[in-house]
Amino acid sequence: MQLTVGPNMYFWDAAIWRDFYLRLADEAPVDTVVLGELVCSKRLPFYQHHFQEVIDRLRAAGKTVAMTSLALITLKRERKLTAELVDMGLEIEVNDLSTLPLIPEGQPFSVGPLVNVYNEGTLRWLAARGADRICLPPELPLSSIAILAAASPVPVEAWSWGRLPLAVSSRCYHARLNERSKDNCQFICNADPDGRAVDTLDGDSFLAINGIQTLSASCANAAHQLDGLRQAGVSALRLSPQFRGFTRLCQMFRDLIDGRIDADTLSANALPDAPGGRYADGFLTGHAGVDWSAEVKRAGLG
Amino acid sequence: MMELVCPAGTPAALRAAVDAGAHTIYCGFADETNARNFPGLNFNRAELAEGVAYARRRGAKVLVAINTFPRAGAEDIWHRAVADAEAAGAHAAILADLGLLAYAAEHHPNLRRHLSVQAAAANPDAINFYANTFGVRRVVLPRVLTVAEITAINREIDVETEVFVFGGLCVMAEGRCSLSSYITGKSPNMNGVCSPPSHVQYVESRGELSAKLGGYTIQRNGKDAPAPYPTLCKGCFSSQDKVGHVFEDPSSLDASDLIPALAEAGVTALKIEGRQRSRAYVAQVVRSFRAAVEAVDKGLPVPPGTLASLTEGQAATTGAYRKTWR
Repeated sequence: MQLTVGPNMYFWDAAIWRDFYLRLADEAPVDTVVLGELVCSKRLPFYQHHFQEVIDRLRAAGKTVAMTSLALITLKRERKLTAELVDMGLEIEVNDLSTLPLIPEGQPFSVGPLVNVYNEGTLRWLAARGADRICLPPELPLSSIAILAAASPVPVEAWSWGRLPLAVSSRCYHARLNERSKDNCQFICNADPDGRAVDTLDGDSFLAINGIQTLSASCANAAHQLDGLRQAGVSALRLSPQFRGFTRLCQMFRDLIDGRIDADTLSANALPDAPGGRYADGFLTGHAGVDWSAEVKRAGLG
Repeated sequence: MMELVCPAGTPAALRAAVDAGAHTIYCGFADETNARNFPGLNFNRAELAEGVAYARRRGAKVLVAINTFPRAGAEDIWHRAVADAEAAGAHAAILADLGLLAYAAEHHPNLRRHLSVQAAAANPDAINFYANTFGVRRVVLPRVLTVAEITAINREIDVETEVFVFGGLCVMAEGRCSLSSYITGKSPNMNGVCSPPSHVQYVESRGELSAKLGGYTIQRNGKDAPAPYPTLCKGCFSSQDKVGHVFEDPSSLDASDLIPALAEAGVTALKIEGRQRSRAYVAQVVRSFRAAVEAVDKGLPVPPGTLASLTEGQAATTGAYRKTWR
């Protein structure tokens, strides 16, 4: 079982971004790292000058590096940017299907969790087109993941850690909440390095926003589902970057996979740094995504 | 004249829409293959064939929405839906899933293919990809684009575009949202439902009525105030010191004033949302929009709206068509 680090979904200061990835290269026992900007094309100019250094360092550490496309490509500038990304010659992780026609036939690419791969037909079509790695949508239950992994000619990944990417919009919620227009957002999303919490009127944690993206309030944690994911034939767990304690978290997942710690230990030790401070694994178990299997078990309901 | 594409959740609504002047009707089968999979709604195979015949006699066309994402291990249900749509004489199937598009193109090449809004093809590269790869002839544009962007898209593509002008409004890119399944376990992509009534609960306390979805409070109103349906993304929430409709107000789309601009933008067809609506609602909206497209066709202004009463006391919005929405 391998570990893949997904693209950082948030907007961090360039120096912090650079340190995060250099540390990942030097210390984290992960196999693949997906770099690049997923959420907002306006963020890129702030940190993209660090790309080459980070790519070199990750590769020198023996890690596979891919670059993500944006999650939602609408502007002409964003289409041009995507074409330039493909020209970089690195493996592209497609997270918006309009990236696909820009990738020459025969050039391998990977498919990210924001592409709708719900069934064997779609998965086989993408593999035939050149996909060499597919991260399934976080919404899928283990039962579907097993069918897809069995049908897949290429390695399949499952979302295993981090706030769940639930939706994208053309509207920027960070700008809206700050009564600014999207074009004049003044990069306010930078203030929330793990997203900004959205609670219900009763004060329950509910969702989180990150620019145009809506995330779960809870942090997805597949630790208790590791056996199921293994049996399903999943080749890699995807861990989504968070602001604090991420290198340590990668080590914990490596220890879990290798049997050095159990899921309860990982969950307890990782909780203080987990965005939102609560866990969910309900998508994997086929319930509401927000459900957390360990809690159900403890309550004697499972 | 711009083509008016109207919803029908039942055979009676189909007939009402045709009689009220719809050029085209869209509907779905009564199962998880379409994105309005509600109890008591949609068509069986015989009803679809009868509906197609009724529409045809009056010069109207029928489109069949097969626009959810086939479940792993159960693709045959969706494959059968495509075959049955063709057998019933449907003018086209409205599809969203890559694998299903590939299947339909290979096994039912003579059935015209439209790209569902659920595929959220939001730029010319995406649209040309679907057109070139799967022979898609028309694209229903996602509700995330401005009129200027639609104009630009139409300059770069060779297929027809269809846009929503009235009814429910998705705030998120369609087909790319799992908010509903995060809270209820049921999603548009997998189950054809969003914020399903089976998971809604109303709780009265201290003179206030709370609407809950999956146990979470989505909105709270005075006991006697009108309470809009608790669709997740239209709810009232708090974030730090702000309380309000974080994602979108409980408004619905009315772009009737923009019909001339949309015609100018090269849009072929105007779509009305609402397969879950009554036939009386459908008939009234269709009549009103038919008058509007006829007026625009003659170069006259859009007749003043008669539709305010149909937005259920909600505010109407032109949504993403105006850039300030973002």
